[in-house]
Amino acid sequence: MSTTVKTEVGGMEHFHTKPELNYLTNGHSIRSWLLTEDHKRIAMLYLISVSFFFLIGGLAAAGVRYELMSPAGNMMESETYNKLFTAHGAVMVFLFLLVAVPAVLGNFLIPLMIGARDLAFPRLNLLSWYLYMAAGTCIMLATLGGGVDTGWTFYTPYSSMYSNSNVSLTLLGVFLGGFSSITTGMNFIVTIHKMRAPGMTWFRLPLFIWGHYATGVIMLLGTPVVAITLLCVIFERTFQLPIYSPELGGDPVLFQHMFWFYSHPAVYIMILPAFGVISEIMTAFSRKRVFGYHMIAFSSLAIAFLGFLVWGHHMFVSSQSMYQSVIFSLLTFLLAVPSAIKVWNWTATMYKGNVVLASPMIYGIGFQGLFLVGGLTGPFLASYGNDIHLTATYFVVAHFHYVMVGGSIMGFLAGIHFWWPKMTGRLYNESVAKWNGLLVFVGFNLTFFPQFIVGWMGMPRRYHYYYFAPEFQPYHIMSTLGASFLGIGFVIPVIYMVHSLFKGERATDNPWNAHGLEWNTSSPPPTENFRYKVIVTDDVYDYDPVAEHENDMQLAGGKA
Amino acid sequence: MNWNLFNYPMNPPSASNFAAEHDALFYAIVGQALFFGLLTFALIIIFAFKYKKGSKADRSSPVYENARMEFWWVLVPTILGLATFFWSTKLFVDMRTPPKDAKEIFVVGKQWMWHVQHPNGVRENNTLHVPVDTDIKITMISQDVIHAFYIPAFRVQFMTVPGRYTQMWFRPTQVGKYHLFCNMYCGTQHSEMGGSVIVMSKRDYADWLMQHGQVRENLTAAQTGEKMFNKIGCGNCHGAQDLIPRGPTLRGLFGTTRETGDGRKWIADESYIRESIMRPTEKVTKGYGVTMPSYDKTFSEEDIMNLVAYIKSGANQSLPTSSIAASIPGIQARDASGKAGLNSNAMQFNSDTADATPTRRGNAPAVGAMASEKGDQQ
Repeated sequence: MSTTVKTEVGGMEHFHTKPELNYLTNGHSIRSWLLTEDHKRIAMLYLISVSFFFLIGGLAAAGVRYELMSPAGNMMESETYNKLFTAHGAVMVFLFLLVAVPAVLGNFLIPLMIGARDLAFPRLNLLSWYLYMAAGTCIMLATLGGGVDTGWTFYTPYSSMYSNSNVSLTLLGVFLGGFSSITTGMNFIVTIHKMRAPGMTWFRLPLFIWGHYATGVIMLLGTPVVAITLLCVIFERTFQLPIYSPELGGDPVLFQHMFWFYSHPAVYIMILPAFGVISEIMTAFSRKRVFGYHMIAFSSLAIAFLGFLVWGHHMFVSSQSMYQSVIFSLLTFLLAVPSAIKVWNWTATMYKGNVVLASPMIYGIGFQGLFLVGGLTGPFLASYGNDIHLTATYFVVAHFHYVMVGGSIMGFLAGIHFWWPKMTGRLYNESVAKWNGLLVFVGFNLTFFPQFIVGWMGMPRRYHYYYFAPEFQPYHIMSTLGASFLGIGFVIPVIYMVHSLFKGERATDNPWNAHGLEWNTSSPPPTENFRYKVIVTDDVYDYDPVAEHENDMQLAGGKA
Repeated sequence: MNWNLFNYPMNPPSASNFAAEHDALFYAIVGQALFFGLLTFALIIIFAFKYKKGSKADRSSPVYENARMEFWWVLVPTILGLATFFWSTKLFVDMRTPPKDAKEIFVVGKQWMWHVQHPNGVRENNTLHVPVDTDIKITMISQDVIHAFYIPAFRVQFMTVPGRYTQMWFRPTQVGKYHLFCNMYCGTQHSEMGGSVIVMSKRDYADWLMQHGQVRENLTAAQTGEKMFNKIGCGNCHGAQDLIPRGPTLRGLFGTTRETGDGRKWIADESYIRESIMRPTEKVTKGYGVTMPSYDKTFSEEDIMNLVAYIKSGANQSLPTSSIAASIPGIQARDASGKAGLNSNAMQFNSDTADATPTRRGNAPAVGAMASEKGDQQ
């Protein structure tokens, strides 16, 4: 643990805090939370809000899944069903996935990992949370006050000219959420460039930071495009501004180009931070430096760059030119390579390490298994000969849930389990957490693997009824059964995490014995992050698996 | 419920010329995915237990970077990816290039039903009858929002977009009844916008056209278009030759290259003709002025399809005076007087039949084949 040179900071009174206070106890009023400029408190605000929206999105998903048990529906009308799957998609994508890992874990950890006092623009950080809450309020008002029935993709001209639901309010919410995303991304980029501690060179940065750097770039470059795209839908709905509707002289497919120009890179906003989390966990619980540090770091940047060049693979059957499709398909195949590099590098990290199967590692390995399936089903869709049949079927639904839920949410859960002691200073029940990791893994596969088969058979997504194709039903029953397990698997962590806040054992500064600056400060950290001046002198992930193994062998020998 | 819990299908039926190659490609990728997936996951599990902290396995000389290994990790997926890409490109280009002599069927999508018109004028809704072993080209458009015409058993799908024609083609290889779906979310009754594709032997198909044709005046699409053409008086300006100063002739127009006044060039395809009717000022042919009124609000998509069919048929130099021969001989002979008008649903100019009425926003929902099927079952 020699990553830092610890020198007592002179003049602690500069921070107006008493040394024994941590960021949680430094002020108890509501005001001290709602007007805080501390990145750690803002991260906690985000944690509470994304969990709430995850619950809402999850309830909508439950409605959708139970309705699909029966081919002719048994609970609701088609209109309600359409509003439910739209609510599920919009809430999960815009209010959970795009935000969860970067705004909770990224916000909390970026300054800690690079040895900074806070993010570069603390007030902007607070503003981004308020923008996010405004977005959430708009989307909730639209959903609960009548609902939206366009699907989360808002395809025109249905969304701009035909839908009678609360489209504009929802779009306004997404628009505001976009600004939250832009400010967060800019804050990350500036912080990583300008606020690294002395000695924290670019190649001493943890891979979590590299992942968030690439994410920040996508947020900053992509989000403005979707913001203006959606604003144009509002204008067309409201003022008949002719942009997308052919009745007015617009082009409906233009919307798809502009929407996916952002929304494909947005997939990487969801997954790159999770990649960062997994890189940290694989190395910390293999107790060995991550394999191919540079390749993983560069592959994040490669993904961020190539991610902007493949949007047309969502549009192989949309009437875009055949030659365009050829180029988009080729680039998509190339984009698969950096993701493959990462998975194999994580696997190789365990080789000759000292693997500890603690709960974050269980979630981490679960992430690898699920992301592997998500990644390997990508080529089916990148290959446009197959995509003509598979596009917009349940095959696609299963594929992106493996990437989004299996990747992003498993990464989020793994990260929360890993850093929970640091964030709260408490330890949760480790064995319950491990078994729950297994439950989520099994429940997830039972939910989404049958959807690959039913999609391959030709079941279209967003279908309420399928009484004309009863051969699809067994797969939907399996899927709903799995979703029930999955739902339980998402509720249990809330229970043991909240329980740990009150009854949990107090965590030491470094309960996992991991390396990294964030483990060198107290748990939970003080408001000013470090009570010492941070100077980095050693490489990142300087574990010594050989010495540790010899030590283990001696201990074992001593016992025997 | 006629499925058996222990013997339910796991594959879609294969009933077109594309199915075999599509499935071969699919299973080739399944093979790759299984190989790499199982290999990687097995390694993860093996490493997790073999190198569990405190196990006796050898840890000497750990590796942290290995350029050669990383090189292979980049090269192997790249090569496999490119091989898959080229195979799939061959299939994709094939699927997107209809044969020249394919039999053309017109489809109009609207919330929430499919209108189908066979070249001889026979119409049907939410069902598509096609002859086996015949190249079929579907030319499609949407009257309202984006839909997608999807036949899983044929492995074909394409969007129907308002304001432009899209095409797809296939050759059915197995007689039978298959699902027809709308696969682009289009509103409340999206899931019920569909029906069946019925593949028949060529003889049965000819019989079906005879018996179920339901043609009021036994007109092909092009003939209905011609009737409209004359009724509206398109020929007043678009004469037999380019001599009349008001508008260029439409004879032999289809497929030629047109130049507009500002020097831009366009191929006169279906979408060009449609646009020139709907918004004539967009692409005014060189040498002519803006004189033609817009027919944007006048015609339904079916009307325009008939007009386009008529103008297309002019490629054989018979336009704009003589009638067009039906593409399927024999049908026209039946009841040439045009009296047998029961169950008419021909797509005709300003048709007053209920099922030819476009469904507009806010209207009562259309009731498709699926809805009636549901009624049967309950």
